[in-house]
Amino acid sequence: MKVIIVDYQSGNISSVISSFTEVAKGKVNLEVTSDIKKIKSSDKIVLPGQGSFKSCVDSLNNINGLADALEEFAITNKKPLLGICVGLQMFADVGYEEAETKGLGWISGKVSKIDNQNGKFKLPHIGWNEIEIQKESKIFKDIKNKSHMYFVHSYEFVPEDKSVISASTDYSSKIVCAVEKENLFGTQFHPEKSDKTGLKIIDNFLKL
Amino acid sequence: MLKNRIIPCLDVKNGRVVKGINFVELKDAGDPVEQAKIYSDGGADEICFLDITASNENRDIIIDIVRKTAKECFVPLTVGGGVRTIQNITDLLLAGADKVSINTAAVKNVNFVQEASKKFGSQCIVVAIDAKMISDNKWEVFTHGGRNKTGIDAIKFAKQIETSGAGEILLTSMDKDGTKSGYDLELLQEITKSVNIPVIASGGVGNLDHLYDGIIKGGASAVLAASIFHYGEFTIKQTKEYLKSKNVPVRL
Repeated sequence: MKVIIVDYQSGNISSVISSFTEVAKGKVNLEVTSDIKKIKSSDKIVLPGQGSFKSCVDSLNNINGLADALEEFAITNKKPLLGICVGLQMFADVGYEEAETKGLGWISGKVSKIDNQNGKFKLPHIGWNEIEIQKESKIFKDIKNKSHMYFVHSYEFVPEDKSVISASTDYSSKIVCAVEKENLFGTQFHPEKSDKTGLKIIDNFLKL
Repeated sequence: MLKNRIIPCLDVKNGRVVKGINFVELKDAGDPVEQAKIYSDGGADEICFLDITASNENRDIIIDIVRKTAKECFVPLTVGGGVRTIQNITDLLLAGADKVSINTAAVKNVNFVQEASKKFGSQCIVVAIDAKMISDNKWEVFTHGGRNKTGIDAIKFAKQIETSGAGEILLTSMDKDGTKSGYDLELLQEITKSVNIPVIASGGVGNLDHLYDGIIKGGASAVLAASIFHYGEFTIKQTKEYLKSKNVPVRL
């Protein structure tokens, strides 16, 4: 099996690489690239993302043909893709961080700032929070409800169709923190930094 | 519910973990790579790695040790010490840091914080403030590992770096550091109520009640300590169990 972590200069992906490498050990052929040809011929894709929604979308669009190749992979060919943090947020139609920016439009919805109730809750939402599993998800196999995951973000993905939500977390309100729609998976939290439970999610994705 | 974070801090000098009193009189406390692995496996919520002499000796941080340390950590790793340029940050992130902590360079030029958070995102920019009390309810910012006075008011500076896009503040009381007499709670309270970004309390932890006070009285989102963990006085697990028994939300 060939798995690609998409490197599109979206900020720091060294932890994603290190955790996937740890879990993949020997079982999976893991490559970090933005090469369109390689993406087309891979079996699974990991789409990380750090920094602002706008900067990630801009970086992705800066690589000629990358957005189209990802769309062909995930939407046309329906192969498994995992978006992490802004990687998940980019599934949306539109984001409002820095400036209104068009997303990939794979799951209808928007990305907006967490309502912190006039400063009652600190932003960014940084640290370990419990996830509440909303529906069975293939990447949550053997993950207990209320497991702790590591978060660091100020914006949240708000999908139109709530049935895609696989987990939420409580921070000023119920924030969407994982989605599953057919072959598309996304986590707002960072499985690569979430200790053994996070590594288990990575393992579940690699075993799909 | 968001949990309060317990962060062991590795103060690294010449490739070894050290711990001092009021920023001097350094004592050896082990190998950073081994220590990081023990803490990551043992339930630490994050690990902080500070190259405490980098800024003073004007040399680049020991990227190689950071790389080895990062490989052992499956929880977030913050690295600081001598971070002066965008290139420094890029190098640290590539070596496996999840966040970088900026101290001297942020004081010298607050625009650097803005530039860094724009480029890498607020989530990975921590500004470390080393503060010393100068009169009642007044604290001054120090730089270069606590060696240089700046004349800058700590509270004002905290607000300023929040505006510039820092994602977190790592607040160290120089008066308390290494004394084992607890955090400077007044300083902590002043800063946590002045800003709306998370504050990590640092400097002075001698027992577990000090951690409790930092969170409950001081309003810290995270508490950092070094010697109580390095010399085996408490494990991370014991620490968390104790805090949980006193109704502090922690990840166990």
